[in-house]
Amino acid sequence: MAIFLNENSKVIVQGMTGAEGTKHTKRMLASGTNIVGGVNPRKAGEKVDFDGNVLPVFGSVKEAMEATGANVTVIFVPPAFAKAAVIEAIDAEIELAVVITEGIPVHDTAYFWAHAVATGNKTRIIGPNCPGIISPGKSNAGIIPANIAGSGKIGLVSKSGTLTYQMMYELRDFGFSTAIGIGGDPIIGTTHIDALEAFQADDETVAIVMIGEIGGDAEERAAAYIKENVTKPVVGYVAGFTAPEGKTMGHAGAIVSGSAGTAQAKKEALEAAGVKVGNTPSETAALMREIMQAL
Amino acid sequence: MDLYEYQAKDLFAAHGVPVLPGDVATNPADAKAIAAKFGQAVVVKAQVKTGGRGKAGGVKLASTPEETEEKATAILGLDIKGHIVHRVLVTPASDIAEEYYFSFLLDRANRTFLAMASVEGGMDIEEVAATKPEALAKIHIDAIQGVDAAKAKEIADAANFPAEVKDQVIDTIVKLWETFVAEDATLVEVNPLVRDPQDKIVALDGKVTLDENASFRHPAHAELVDKAAENPLEAKAKEKGLNYVKLDGEVGIIGNGAGLVMSTLDVVAYAGEQYGVKPANFLDIGGGASAEVMANGLDVILGDEAVRSVFVNVFGGITACDAVANGIVKALEILGDEATKPLVVRLDGNNVEEGRRILAEANHPLVTVVDTMDNAAAKAAELAAAGV
Repeated sequence: MAIFLNENSKVIVQGMTGAEGTKHTKRMLASGTNIVGGVNPRKAGEKVDFDGNVLPVFGSVKEAMEATGANVTVIFVPPAFAKAAVIEAIDAEIELAVVITEGIPVHDTAYFWAHAVATGNKTRIIGPNCPGIISPGKSNAGIIPANIAGSGKIGLVSKSGTLTYQMMYELRDFGFSTAIGIGGDPIIGTTHIDALEAFQADDETVAIVMIGEIGGDAEERAAAYIKENVTKPVVGYVAGFTAPEGKTMGHAGAIVSGSAGTAQAKKEALEAAGVKVGNTPSETAALMREIMQAL
Repeated sequence: MDLYEYQAKDLFAAHGVPVLPGDVATNPADAKAIAAKFGQAVVVKAQVKTGGRGKAGGVKLASTPEETEEKATAILGLDIKGHIVHRVLVTPASDIAEEYYFSFLLDRANRTFLAMASVEGGMDIEEVAATKPEALAKIHIDAIQGVDAAKAKEIADAANFPAEVKDQVIDTIVKLWETFVAEDATLVEVNPLVRDPQDKIVALDGKVTLDENASFRHPAHAELVDKAAENPLEAKAKEKGLNYVKLDGEVGIIGNGAGLVMSTLDVVAYAGEQYGVKPANFLDIGGGASAEVMANGLDVILGDEAVRSVFVNVFGGITACDAVANGIVKALEILGDEATKPLVVRLDGNNVEEGRRILAEANHPLVTVVDTMDNAAAKAAELAAAGV
């Protein structure tokens, strides 16, 4: 079945006519995603030709949904306009909004998240600052390269984009039901726990890889969730064992403050929940390989 | 970006939070002049972006301008947890009846903001939270509703602020929230928030962290950056739009994607244990990995004199490995004689065979191509140890 995104997903792109939006709309189309249009209020009514795929531009998410039946939006709009774009998607009650944009002020993310909660959480938000989600062979919403790995039975959830790619590559002979990059910002929509819950419920997924990194306590909370609720085997990896305190390592959320947010604490919490944790990506892939071969 | 105390208090003052007057001195003579201007006993406070100043001898009382000069002499140049004191804040000494604690911060778990308040301030708040959690009120803030007088009263009530000062505290909480939102802060902390013998509330200290993602709407925040205190390599990288953090080691690291680079640091640290070498930096060149970006990245890393070898760890996702390999070859051309340290390159992902072929064909004397991340880390560590 895959999670959150499947062969029936109809995708629109907010910011489709910008440089990033154009580039990745092409890539998503090439990987078989059913993209039905874009949104840009200043270019409403125009059409854009992506190598023969002519896509309409709508003035709003709501209009695009009414005209096309779209249920997923991928957001590429620049940081200064991202808050309004996400709120527009929430107000249109689209099922899934994948926020790729990097560099959104955290007050803006907190605001649109509060808006999503206040309006009944009708829209699942993935990101921001994430690579998106791919259910290989079915649909690809975001910037994850589609040719790394095909469909299979492993579910993958990760804070980091390139570690998602690396892990998909290491396990490409098994393939993935869905791989989801939840993003490295301090406040994100879909969490490790949300993805774990969905993978646990997904018939197609038989085992789960969870990739975390320093900062916050999302991994510790995910460990507690796994202990209580996840019966499928989970393999984990945490990046940043050697990161010094007080330095932000690339992602806005990746920072060790005092004793909080260390990789060691996360690893210990995951292991206490029965998760096998690798010290390196290759070791983690080897742990998953053993599990898949034993199944 | 963390601010100095005096910068935090300037922001507080601009938003109506009560603070004491004060001026910053970079030398003892200026400190003396500031004290003379105030004409009363002063406190000389080291301006460093770390806690524990008092214990380290960085905060001292002075009753005369001459004494202020002495104290400033003692404090300027102090090393407080690796932070050298280049400035002192000279501020009138105040009598303190009670010390409170207040902060607004991000609450990642609840995806919103949190107010924390205690009438037992002044000491390490983590200590209070651990030993007397009932003494620290924690109230969630709705990011849309924010903090008005009613919400501020709820916080002040929860923390049991005394009736005599409660209205002032409520007013201060509202103004601290205004500071938090208007300046795009991720932390606003006052410890201690002081009640003086005349029952006046004053923010005696201030800690503010600003969200750099929001700098596009705060051009004035650029002036708060302490360029002199920045690591010169970090400053150079920032100018070139590179995400670089200087670390204390010998193996230079370049990778694409924050997670992969963090992971690379770990793998190099493990591999380096037997050789006594460590990663020299964090450098994420992003998804593109073009020749120019690669050259800029190598240029910054080779500018670090401690670096003995460089590990280029790229996963070809959006950019295929052949483009990355061409980028490395061209970067070495651009750098010419300035590239002097051995480079270990590991490529994986899209079009990896072609990428490795390009590097093999270029056959650059400094470049070694290794097939896996673990083996490449071991090679880079070995070369760094050999180059010491």
